[in-house]
Amino acid sequence: MPTVAPLDLDGHVLAVEFLGDVPFFVAAAGTIHRLEGGEKVSEAGQGLLTCIRDPYSDSLIAGGEAGKVQRIAGDGSVSELAHAPRKWITQVAAGPQGAVAYAHGKTTFVRTADGATREFAEERTVEAIAFAPKGMRIGVARYNGVSLHWVATNTKPVDLEWKGAHTGITFSPDGSFLVTSMQENALHGWKLDVKSASESRHMRMTGYPAKVKSLSWSAKGKWLASSGAPAAVVWPFQGRDGPMGKSPLELGTRANIMATAVKFHPAEDILAIGFVDGMVLAVRVADGKEALLRRPGKGAITAMSWSKSGKLLAFATEAGDCGIVDIAG
Amino acid sequence: MTEAATQKPIPVTVLTGYLGAGKTTLLNRILSENHGKKYAVIVNEFGEIGIDNDLIVESDEEIYEMNNGCVCCTVRGDLIRVVEGLMRRPGRFDGIIVETTGLADPVPVAQTFFMDDDVRAKTELDAVVALVDAKHLPLRLKDSREAEDQIAFADVVLINKTDLVSPEEVARIEETVRAINPSARIHKTTRSGVDLARVLNQGAFNLERALENDPHFLDHGHDDHACGPDCDHHHHDHDHDHHHHDHGHDHEHEHHHHHDHDHHHHGVSPIHDVTVQSVSLRGGEMNPDRFFPWIQKVTQTDGPNILRLKGIIAFKGDEERYVVQGVHMIIEGDHQRPWKEGEKRESRLVFIGRELDREKLENSFKACEATA
Repeated sequence: MPTVAPLDLDGHVLAVEFLGDVPFFVAAAGTIHRLEGGEKVSEAGQGLLTCIRDPYSDSLIAGGEAGKVQRIAGDGSVSELAHAPRKWITQVAAGPQGAVAYAHGKTTFVRTADGATREFAEERTVEAIAFAPKGMRIGVARYNGVSLHWVATNTKPVDLEWKGAHTGITFSPDGSFLVTSMQENALHGWKLDVKSASESRHMRMTGYPAKVKSLSWSAKGKWLASSGAPAAVVWPFQGRDGPMGKSPLELGTRANIMATAVKFHPAEDILAIGFVDGMVLAVRVADGKEALLRRPGKGAITAMSWSKSGKLLAFATEAGDCGIVDIAG
Repeated sequence: MTEAATQKPIPVTVLTGYLGAGKTTLLNRILSENHGKKYAVIVNEFGEIGIDNDLIVESDEEIYEMNNGCVCCTVRGDLIRVVEGLMRRPGRFDGIIVETTGLADPVPVAQTFFMDDDVRAKTELDAVVALVDAKHLPLRLKDSREAEDQIAFADVVLINKTDLVSPEEVARIEETVRAINPSARIHKTTRSGVDLARVLNQGAFNLERALENDPHFLDHGHDDHACGPDCDHHHHDHDHDHHHHDHGHDHEHEHHHHHDHDHHHHGVSPIHDVTVQSVSLRGGEMNPDRFFPWIQKVTQTDGPNILRLKGIIAFKGDEERYVVQGVHMIIEGDHQRPWKEGEKRESRLVFIGRELDREKLENSFKACEATA
């Protein structure tokens, strides 16, 4: 069995990401712990609500209770990008050329590297934001659909409508699909490159017993893994019609134990699945073969991250009992 | 079991009431008085809360209709997100208070705590508290449905600012509140000065506690039969029409002249504007095979018109009391405790809502009784 190096932190740990070879664990209480020849800690305010990795630079972007949007660099230093006093920043996203998006209330803000900020208003509360993989474009999830905005221009947004509350959002790596998670225990997808207006672009992905809170695309975008069931539900996105008319794979199925986090390996079609009891499995998509990476712990897995080489898997939990799995053992 | 799963749910108190009814005053008391508890407060606007507290969260009211074909299944999307954030660090507070805007419909707030699995797993709706401005309630009932809904939906009603009106008016306001909601606990206050123990930690939505605290809660409607909603309603309606016709063109004069004298007669007029009614049902021991399909059907078909329902059911051959409660189409029930010796084994159920067919409910409820 692979070896696990534990890291015990206090309270809920909401994110874990590798910057270079160094894992960063982000606690809801506002501390950021990195393992760089021993544990080092940076302070990022009194309470963090979200933290993501900037895919375009070696840094993290965090949003918090004090209304601050902050960038955390590889050396642990924290810099403020924006401050909206008294607002909770629960959604951030990072785009090309140093752009950072965040939201509160019904408005999304995009701050570009020169410090300028553009605002994009919605009719309803912004629930989630994602940058498209190509071009300076954002997708904003909200009640009854998604708005797509070009950041640099004032053109009218493209509205993708689907009834219900959309609470999460992700673009496929090649930008041809957009998928949201919904309040109603379902995913909804849109095909973005439709040839004619008559071609259906909707993809309904339903049947989850719980809300989907974690989504992960495989390295080449052939699969989309999701939590929200007592297994990872993995939808096929190989064809140009995505999963339409196809059934998903169910990987790492356990009796009544919910999967709470999923993360694809950076190169192989291997999925790490974290469960509500703290167990972590790695499952190969091709044949469903499972490997136990971590036995159940004190709390639900909240996030996982692979090192660039794919040899280390870091995991975070809501009880603070985090760790790093060395796959090679 | 994980730690999270065994954690005790955090109680949530919902404060409703029109602008100026005294919500902020009450909140300030809860936040500043020395009661040994800490509360996280979710407000629409910081407004006049003069207290510096990290745990006051501003949140934009965001009502989401659930995509399940049920029009009354609404939740507050903003609360789901804020509660999720708060509950990641639960050690910071003992309870959560949600302050709604004056015009807010209390139902989506309450339903959030039943319909969202994550919220439900970590929190528990404790009570809905409505503040009523004694001076302005009659006017509010005339011009808005929300004021009535807030009272109808509440577990605790504070009739506030009683110093601004006469004792007779206070009594009439109380009658009106009672007519709208026979099962609420009513407290009369000035400057929101109520013992906080009567507002917080009420367990009003807890099936085990709800009826234990006030074993006679279902009796109110009967005790106060004189001001019961239905008979009263017709009676006064008639009066009102009469009054109006009689005085026709010299209405203004009459009004002015007889103001004081007329007051008593006029004071009950708020009830004219009441569209909420309550239906109290009483029956003997029930047959569960009839009762459960019946209550399911009633809540399915009349759900949109039912604001609240509460009851104690005696099932034939069952040694324990069964308690039920519901909000619109959501209904919950469980055994509560054994029947006590000498306790009368009867079934009681109260519906608070609009356009309820009393006769049909009475007859169909009776039809669920177990045959000897």
